[in-house]
This record gives sequence, C-alpha cells and structure tokens, in this order.
Amino acid sequence: MKNQLSSKRGLRGMSDTNLLLLITIVVFVLMYVLAIIFLGSGFLKPQNFLNILNENASLIILSCGMSLVMITGGIDISVGQLTSLVCMSAAVYLDMPNKPGNVATSLCIALGIGLAFGLVQGFLVAYLEIQPFIVSLAGLFFAKGMTTIVNATQFNVENKEFVALKNTRIYIPFLGSYNKKGTFIPAYIEIGVIVAIIVVVLLFLLLRWTRLGRNFYAVGGNNQSARLLGINVKRTKFMAHLLCSILAAIGGYVYFMHVGSGSPSHADGAEMNAIASSIIGGTMLTGGVGNIIGTFFGVLSLSTIKNIVSSLGLDEAWWTNITVAFMLCLFLLIQSLVLRRKAGAGKK
Amino acid sequence: MTPSKSSNKSLGAQLIGLTRKQLFIPIAALLCLIIFNLIADPSFFNIKVGLNSAGQPVLSGYLITILDYGSELAILAIGMTLVTSASGGQDISVGAAIAIAGSVILKVLCGNESRPEHMKAPIIVAFLVACVVAMIFGAFNGALVAFFKIQPMVATLILFTAGRSIAAWINNNELPIISDESFSYFGTFIPGCPIPTPVFIAAACMVVIFLVLKFTNLGLYSQSVGINPHSSRLNGINPAIVKLITYVILGLCVAVVGLIKVSRISTINYSVVAKDIEMDAILAVALGGNSLGGGKFSMPASIMGAYIIQFLTTTLYKFNVNSSALPAYKAVVVIVLVVLSAPVVRERINRLKKSSSKTAKEVA
Repeated sequence: MKNQLSSKRGLRGMSDTNLLLLITIVVFVLMYVLAIIFLGSGFLKPQNFLNILNENASLIILSCGMSLVMITGGIDISVGQLTSLVCMSAAVYLDMPNKPGNVATSLCIALGIGLAFGLVQGFLVAYLEIQPFIVSLAGLFFAKGMTTIVNATQFNVENKEFVALKNTRIYIPFLGSYNKKGTFIPAYIEIGVIVAIIVVVLLFLLLRWTRLGRNFYAVGGNNQSARLLGINVKRTKFMAHLLCSILAAIGGYVYFMHVGSGSPSHADGAEMNAIASSIIGGTMLTGGVGNIIGTFFGVLSLSTIKNIVSSLGLDEAWWTNITVAFMLCLFLLIQSLVLRRKAGAGKK
Repeated sequence: MTPSKSSNKSLGAQLIGLTRKQLFIPIAALLCLIIFNLIADPSFFNIKVGLNSAGQPVLSGYLITILDYGSELAILAIGMTLVTSASGGQDISVGAAIAIAGSVILKVLCGNESRPEHMKAPIIVAFLVACVVAMIFGAFNGALVAFFKIQPMVATLILFTAGRSIAAWINNNELPIISDESFSYFGTFIPGCPIPTPVFIAAACMVVIFLVLKFTNLGLYSQSVGINPHSSRLNGINPAIVKLITYVILGLCVAVVGLIKVSRISTINYSVVAKDIEMDAILAVALGGNSLGGGKFSMPASIMGAYIIQFLTTTLYKFNVNSSALPAYKAVVVIVLVVLSAPVVRERINRLKKSSSKTAKEVA
C-alpha cells in the first residue's frame, strides 16, 4: 500500500502539507484572538506581538533548519547546544582581554563553527549511513563539552561595537501604543527578527522553487523512489544537515545578539523546542511533509501559549511545560488523524 | 575447490565472521578502554576495602563505581532495547519518567510532610505505586506510538517536556528528605554486604529478562514487529499490543532506576535527577550494535554497552576531566565507535581485507 501511495506522493504529500499548515495557522489565530478577548488588551498591543518575535527570532531560525532536516526524514538534536557554543565562542572572542575583536570576525567564527558541525554531521549521516539521531546526539555532547572548555562561566559581553549592534532597535512607523502618561511609544523589533524573516522567506523559496528544495521532499517521502528518479539521495541528505547546522549557527548568533552574553546554560533544550515547533507547524518526522511557513507559525503558537499561561497567573514553572506538552500531544493526534485519513483514502 | 583452499577460506571467513558478530564491537571497545587504563595508570583496577560513613566495611575503587552506576544504565538499557526493537525508535522521556517515579516514591513515603520522622508507608508499597505510575506513563507513550502511529521520539517528546514539571507538581515543588536509614539501602549498601546494592538489583533484572526472553515469545514478537509490522500482523501477532508491552516494560525499568536514584541521596532534585540519562541509555543500545531502526537485538550486547559507557565516564573522571566538559570527550569516543560499527565502513574494511588477502595469494 505504501508503494501505491508513493506513486501519487507529490500531489498527496502537498495536500497534506497544506492541510497541516492550515490547521496550524487557524489554531494560532484562534489562540491569539481568544487571548485578546479573555486576557484583556495586553495582547492587543503591537509590541506584545513583536516581543514574541524579538524573543523567538533565534528559535525561528533553528526551527527552520530543523524542518529542513525533518523533511528529508532525519533529525538534528545538536542545534540547541550548537547555539550555546556559538554564543560562548563569539563572546570570548569579542571580549578578549588584550584587544577586543570585531563583530564581523565573530560572525565568521560563528558561521565557521556551524559549517564544521554541518560538514561532519552531514558526512556521517549521508555517506556513512549512521542514524542521524546518534550522530547529532554526539554533536550535542561535543558542543556541550566544548562550550565549557571554551569558557565555563557566564559573562556579559562589553565590546562596544557589539553592544551598539545589540541595542539597535528598528522602529516600525505608525505602530505603537500610548503609555499611562499619554506619550507615544513606537513599537520596535530587533535585528534578529529581520534575519529570521529573511531566512524564512529564502527557505520558503528554496523549498518551493528550486531543485534542491524539491529533492528534500522527494528523499524524505521515499528514499528508494527518489533514488530511482535519479536524485542523488546522499548529497541531498548531506545538504540538509549542512544547511541545518549553518542555520543553527546563524540562529545562535541571533540569540547571542538578543542576550548579549555567553553561558554554558544558554539555549538549553532549544532543540526540543525547535522540534516541537516544527511538529506544531505540520512537519512530520517521517519525512516528506512540511512547510517553512508552518514552522514559523509553529514557533509563534508555542510562544503565544507560553505567554498566555504566564499571563493567566499560573506562575509555577511547571504549568508552562505541561501546557506545551499538552499542545504538542494535541497536534500529534491531529497529524495522526490526518495520516489515517490519507490511508483510508488510499484504500478506496 | 581443493580442501586446503576451502579451509583457508573458512579461516578467513571465521575472522570476518568474528568481526561481524554483534558482541564484537562492545567487547573490542571494552578491551580498548581496559588496555588504555592499564597503560595510563594500573591503579585504576585497584579495589580497596574501606569503611563508609556508617562504619560498615565496603568495597571501593573505580571498578566498583562502574558496576554501581552502570547498573542503573544497564536496567534502562534492557527496557530501551525492547522498545527500540519493537517500535524502531527510542524513548527520550526516561530521565523525566525517573523523576516522576522518584517523586511518587517520596510522596508515598513522606505524605505531606517534607521531613517526616518515620516513613508513612512501607517502602515496598511506595515502590509498587511508583511501578504502577511509571507503567501508566509508559503505556501513555506506548499508546501514542502503537495506536496513533506517532514516531517514538516525537511521542515521548511530550513526556520529556512535561515529565520534570509533573514530578515537581506531585510534591508541590518541595524536596522531601527521608531520614530513615533503611531507605538508603537500595542505592548504597546493605549493612554487612560490601557490594553496592544496585549491582544486585541489576543482576536480578537481568535474570528476569533472561528468563522472560527464554520462556516467552516477547523477544521473537518484538523483533518480528520491528522488522515488519504488516507481515507480523498477517502472522497473527498484534503489533500495537507488542509495542505497548515493550513501553510498559520500559516503564517498569524506569521505576526500578527511580528507586535507586532517590535511595542514593534520600531525596530528589527534579531538574537534575537522571539528567541526560536517556541519551546514555540510547547510546548503550547503539554501542551494543543494535540497529536503532528496530528489528533484531541482542540483550547482552546492550547491557554490555551500558557498562562500557559507565566505564568511559569513570575513566574520564579519573583523568580529572571537568564534569561539564566530559560530554565532548564522550562524543569523540562515541563517534569513533559508531563509525567503526557503521555497515558501510565495515563492508569497506572487509573488502580491503579480502583484496589484501587476494594480493597476498597472488604474490605467493
């Protein structure tokens, strides 16, 4: 039956992707509207929404990379610790005791780390055919250890050039709110948000209209038939992991620009958030189904629900995690039902 | 074909067959570690009899530490192997589930007080309650995997996210401490016995799983479900039930480890207890040469894998590697091992061996 389906995969796969995307967007909008209705005007302020973006710019980038890998049927759990390693390396470089480094080089260092991780992990997964989970698990361990080897304690970066960059705010015209005194406070976003949006748009275009992007879906949908179609499966997988690690490095730098410090505990568990966002956004771990726009909304949904929980006054830390887990469970069940619908249609 | 040739071939085939045996990689890894330690510092293998804080004579030494802490991992590896075999995926929520099981034990023993003078219930009751709770959570994971056909890693991500929070919630985020000494027997030493108790617990678990695999069809069924769920269904096996059972068994293993963990320190720290243990347990299965994609498994190899990981960890600690930098070294070793055991690499090595033996023959 699987083979029957795979012959029609292109069309069916896309419709699944679109259906899941639709569900994600509807749930997000519904959640936000309900929050506005029941939780007051706080959620109506543009800045509240933009803050979600400001805080999650790096998660958006990480999740996009994760989605790429998941679409090809793999997984990369090293991205969170890679973020932490990138932060720490850039921070140590920028605050070297003798002469402070410059920002451009620190960005290059970040990208270099991402490239190195991507090359090694991609090679091991694609060409030596080791399970991606194990490879990225080793990557996670390595990045975790390296972070503390680079520097074991948390510190704030005081490099002037970088601090200026970190504090750059991009004000959005016509959006904003009046505070109690009646002065107008314009809404702003950080540079990271721009980067995240560029990444989302570029990856959307890549997946939609380039050969490499289409190959990702083909390889994730069915390895064998992709090979028979003449797609270089190994190279495609390699590219997915490479891109994921590079995106993780970019996401790491964006995170660094947001927090402005290096610490071994930075971005702890970010990989799981990225996976959760991708799943909520309609990407399936089985591969072949997924959408970058969905992932974007997945991150927004995840952080909106966290916001809602904290504004409900459920301050105990556990409620956030339990709600997130519940939401994840819900989306997984929806996905499972969608798959079953597809199987039912296939039988007819 | 002349007889001499065939015997020649069989010797070569035997050698190749030996390297292909599943236990080869873990044993080779263990040998490497032992040799490395022998060369670097033979005192690694010293075992001393010392007195613990209670004045009991107990064994101490790095080997004992490995046996002691490796036992937890070995117990988990038993369950993880079955889960991996049947469902073709791994349970990443075991660490969180251990926190839950530990929390339940403390809740039953302490009631609502944070430092009770006496335990409110016998330990065995607390343990059984924890078993039931852990098995329910295992069944939850299993149901998601078996009936809703969600990939195991993703399905268990739910409990992974919520588990430690649930554990904290059970005890209202308090950290109850048990002062009764008999509770600490399970994680440390029983008075009069110089060997740490977890070793016995692990041994008992191994015997049980050996008997279960020997006298029931669990092993056969989980392997066949892992290899091909459709054809096993046609052969009268219900794949969903088999998967569910493996997750419930893992739940049981989790409860046992939970007991050891809380017994060691007589209290619990929700965010730290059994942190990253799921990664080690999965590595144990992988190091044992089992396919993480499901299907055939070797239980002894997995258990061996667990002890090797603990051996590696202890070796690194001995060389004064900072505990937070430890994962980096672990990662390198893991990558080397996994690369060596990768089918692609093995095939290439075998081909190299063959071609070299051919050229040797030609020269002769």
